[in-house]
This record gives sequence, structure tokens and C-alpha cells, in this order.
Amino acid sequence: MSLENAIAKSISSGSDRRRLARRKRLDALFARTGFLVTLTVLSVLLALIGQLAVEGAGRLSWQFLTSYPSRFAAQAGILSAWIGTILVMLLTALVAVPLGLGAAVYLEEYAPKNKLTTLIDINIANLAGVPSIVYGLMALALFVYEFRLGQSFLTAGLTLALLVLPMTIIAAREAIRAVPPQIREAAYALGATKWQTVRHHVLPCSMGGIMTGLILALSRAVGETAPLITVGALSFIAFLPHPPWQAEAPFISFQWMFDPFTVMPIQMFNWVSRPQEDFHVNAAAAGLVLLLMTLAMNALAIAVRARYRKRIRW
Amino acid sequence: MDAETAKSGILKHAREFHARPVMVPKFKEKVVELVLMLTALASVAVTVGIVGVLSYESFLFFQQVSLFDFLTDRQWTPLFSEPHYGILPLVSGTVVTTAVALVVAIPAGSVVAVYLSEYASRPLRESVKPALELLSAVPTVVYGYFALLFVTPVLQRMWPDLPGFNMLSAGFVIGIMIVPYVSSVSEDAMRAVPLALREGAYALGATRMQTALRVVFPSALSGIAAAYVLGVSRAIGETMVVAIAAGMQPTLTWNPLEPAATMTAYIVQVSLGDLPHGSIGYRTIFATGLTLLLMTFVFNLAGHVLRKRYRQVY
Repeated sequence: MSLENAIAKSISSGSDRRRLARRKRLDALFARTGFLVTLTVLSVLLALIGQLAVEGAGRLSWQFLTSYPSRFAAQAGILSAWIGTILVMLLTALVAVPLGLGAAVYLEEYAPKNKLTTLIDINIANLAGVPSIVYGLMALALFVYEFRLGQSFLTAGLTLALLVLPMTIIAAREAIRAVPPQIREAAYALGATKWQTVRHHVLPCSMGGIMTGLILALSRAVGETAPLITVGALSFIAFLPHPPWQAEAPFISFQWMFDPFTVMPIQMFNWVSRPQEDFHVNAAAAGLVLLLMTLAMNALAIAVRARYRKRIRW
Repeated sequence: MDAETAKSGILKHAREFHARPVMVPKFKEKVVELVLMLTALASVAVTVGIVGVLSYESFLFFQQVSLFDFLTDRQWTPLFSEPHYGILPLVSGTVVTTAVALVVAIPAGSVVAVYLSEYASRPLRESVKPALELLSAVPTVVYGYFALLFVTPVLQRMWPDLPGFNMLSAGFVIGIMIVPYVSSVSEDAMRAVPLALREGAYALGATRMQTALRVVFPSALSGIAAAYVLGVSRAIGETMVVAIAAGMQPTLTWNPLEPAATMTAYIVQVSLGDLPHGSIGYRTIFATGLTLLLMTFVFNLAGHVLRKRYRQVY
């Protein structure tokens, strides 16, 4: 009996045909299951946004955005919270951007391959996995008590800056690594020094990726709550921080940095943890604003990425 | 004029021409490099700060409380008149919420990853992935709101005597939260499996499901395990969801239907009050934080080792 006959026989036999059909059915079933599970996970996102919108949209109003927190749910608002969020983000960016960018440039362009570099590498990877509340504990002991910065905007900004630092470094490094080596070689060939190469060529070429990473890191910082609770955010602030200017010279005032702070997620947490239902409506409205802020930042990041991708073609 | 003289003449000329412009940037280059290196070392300083603060405060804590009591006492009541300092109730809370989260995240994350990597068409994948990323961009305090005011009421319809605070809904929501994380890391691992292995399986007559489950999945196993392990570390460190939805009462229980505080929730609870700096109550949060850091560190380390391994195979 030849081999061909054996194969032909086994294919034509009914049991194998049935087995084949069963395998195909299983395959189709699995495809459908995968699709359904993916859909289910995404529908949770929809449910979450829907819940916030249904509960909170009615509460959103000019009054809600321009009022201080209050004992009466209907009069309460998020003025001090959203202003606080913007100021804290400003400080976070001011600290995290130079540190993160500098570290990324050093590690990608300068660092020799030695033990110190490996140590920094491992260290950044590990820091990215440290729970955010642990950063809060460190900030509480160091910034609040050791450096006597108090429970202030400055402490909050520094804490969040350190928290997003690993993310910033990792994103910036990826963007810098994506710049082809020919760009650097061309610059060196024209006699540019290392720093000139980095400043005039590598950084402008990788700016799209760096900006995207920075915006995403900041969008994470906007929603961070736990570390700010440990450094002592207040949830009832019925005044605004000092203005950043003053009447006499030098006309710029840094007093606001040392004022007590609150931010959007803290305000929302405070309202959620109250038993009265009226405050839960406020929480939903605050959550909606917070969600819009983070989604807007994510959309911005996507837009920046798309724009730079279009402009630069290697 | 012979060739030798001409060459030395050119060299001399070149030297003269170069002498000044090179000297000036050289100094600047060194300064720039030093500054960049310092920014890179900032991340090491953060680690030193975290480990230093937690160790120092925990050291002071363990001078007053024996390590044996800390690990074996079955009660955690540091703020009562008769204080007990047993970390077990907080650890049990963390373990139960993490376990519930994993029961959700591991199957869902794996199926989503297999589906996206092996089944989904390119346009579908490209639209599902950003949507999944949005899931991880939502602030955790919003998830907490969702767990307490949406998931718990839904679950209460199934178990009418489910308490308002419970670990089940908190764990479930954390699980959904880390699905994108688990699925994207596992998908990367499966994408790294060479196409030739898949083609081999198809050539032997395997269906897509058989290829995915018997060839691709086992080949990518260490990468997928890394995704699970890093997911565990995320779930352990998650704070706001459990602080809002799982309750604040430290209870030694393994039943997810009950309320119980986790380590992170305890830190939040203490930070919301104002304990005097330097008191034993103040130090408890650092001892708890150190326990938390150690637990996540073990999982992070395991995750990185596993991740490295799958990169080396092919």
C-alpha cells in the first residue's frame, strides 16, 4: 500500500472529517469569545463614563466651577480644586521635565557602558513599579518635615514630579533612541561637538516622542490621589492661593507655593467618602471634569504624536 | 617643496586654525555632561530617599514594637488605648483584593491578548488598543467611585446581604483596571514569537486556536508570566479603589464578601487624620509602607527577570 493511498483513505474517512469540523467550530467559537471578552472589558469603560455622565452632568454648571467647597452640597463647587490642579501640574512639569529629559539624554547619548549606568538603568525600572503611595510617604518625611516645606503646593508638585520621573525618562529615552544614528554621524562629520549634536539635531528630531511622553506622564499626575493624601492635601479650602504677583518690586511673588493645597481628585475623594447622596452627585460631576481633563491630555498626546510623525520622515 | 613639508605645513595650519574653537567648547561640553549626569543620578537619589526614609522610620517603629508581634499578632489596632501591631489583618485585606483582581484580570487579559495578537484584523486592533489604553488613563479615584456606587449596587442585587463596603467589588474594579496592562505586555510577548513557529503549526494543519494556544502561548509563556506578575504588583499597590470601596476596618478575613482594610487603605486612613509627627501611630504607616514596598519589589523583580528571559530566547 502506498503512502498516498493511506493519506487519501484517512482524509476520506468520516471520523476525521468530523474531527476537523469540530476543530473548526472550536476555532470559530474561540474567535467569538475573544471578541466578546474584549468588548466586555471596553463596555466597563463605557459604563463608567455613562455612570459619571448620568449622575454628574446635571450638576455641572458655571456655579459649580466657580464656587468653593461648602457644607451644603448644592452650593459646593470645585474652584479651589481645579486651580490647585493647574498650579500643582505647573510645578510638577517644571521639576520633572528638566530632570527627566536630562537623565534621558545622559543615558542615551553620554553614559559609558559601566556599572554605574547599569545601576541607574535598573533603578529607573524599579522606581516605575513602586506604588504611588510609597512616594507619598517619602515626601511626607522628607519634604514636609525634614525640609520644612509644609503641606504646600511646592511639596505636592515635587512629590508628583518624582512620581512621574521614571515614566518621563523611559518615554524620552525611547524617543531619543528612535533618532537614526546617521543624523548624529552627519552632525559629527560637520564638526559639531556632542552637545551641539544633541541640542541641534537629536532633541529637535525626537521632540514629538518626548512631548507625547511628557503629556502622558502629566495626565497620570493629574489623577494621582494617594500620595497627595499622605503629604496632607486639605479637602476643604475656601480661598485661593496668593496671586503670583505683588505690588512692590520684584513684582513676582512665590508665596503661593507655600499655601495649603487641594486638587481635583482629592476633592472628589472627599465627596465620595461622605455618606450623603447629594455629595455623591458632586463627586460624579467632579469626576466628570477630572475625566475630561485626563482624556483631553491623552487626546493632545495622540495629536502631537500624529503631527510629528507626519512631519519627520527618515 | 616636497610632500613631507607640505603635510607638516597643513597640519600646523590645521592646529593653529583649530586651537581656539576647540578649547572653549571643551570646557562647556564637560559642564553639560556633568549636569546631565547629575539629573540621571537624581533618580538614584529618589530610590535612596524612599528606602532611607522607610527603613529609618521603621527602625524607630521596631524599637517599640517587636518584629515577632508585628508578624504574628492577629490584630491591628495601633490607635486604640490597648494597641496591637499585627500586620496580618492588613496583609489579608491586600491579598484578598489582589486575588479577586487577578481572577478577573488574568483570564480577561490573556484572552484579550490572544485575540488581539492572533485573531483581530489590523484595523480592529489599531482601534481597540487605544481604547484599552484609555482604561488605564482613568484616574483611580474615579474607579473608586465606580466600585462603590455602581459595581457594589449591581452586586447587591445578586447577594442582597452584601455590605456596602466589600473587597469583592474593589477587587473586581482593580482587575478591570489592570486588564490593559496585562494584555499589552502579554501581547508584546506573543508578537515576539517568530512567525516561522506559527507557519510550522499551520503547515501541520493546526487551526488558529490550536496555533495560538499550543504554540504561540507556550512560546511566549515567560513574557506572559511577567505580565501577570507585574499585574500583581500593580494590584498590591493600588490605593484609592480599596480606600473608597473596601472599607477602612482592619479585619483578618479571607472572605471577599466582607469589608476589610488593605495596607494602602490604612496609610490613607491615618494620613487623613492628623497624627503628631514622630508618634508611634505616625511610624506605623512607614512600617506598613515598608512591608508594601517589599511585597511589590519581590513581584517587580520576578517580573523583570521573566521579561528578560523571553527577550533572550529568540
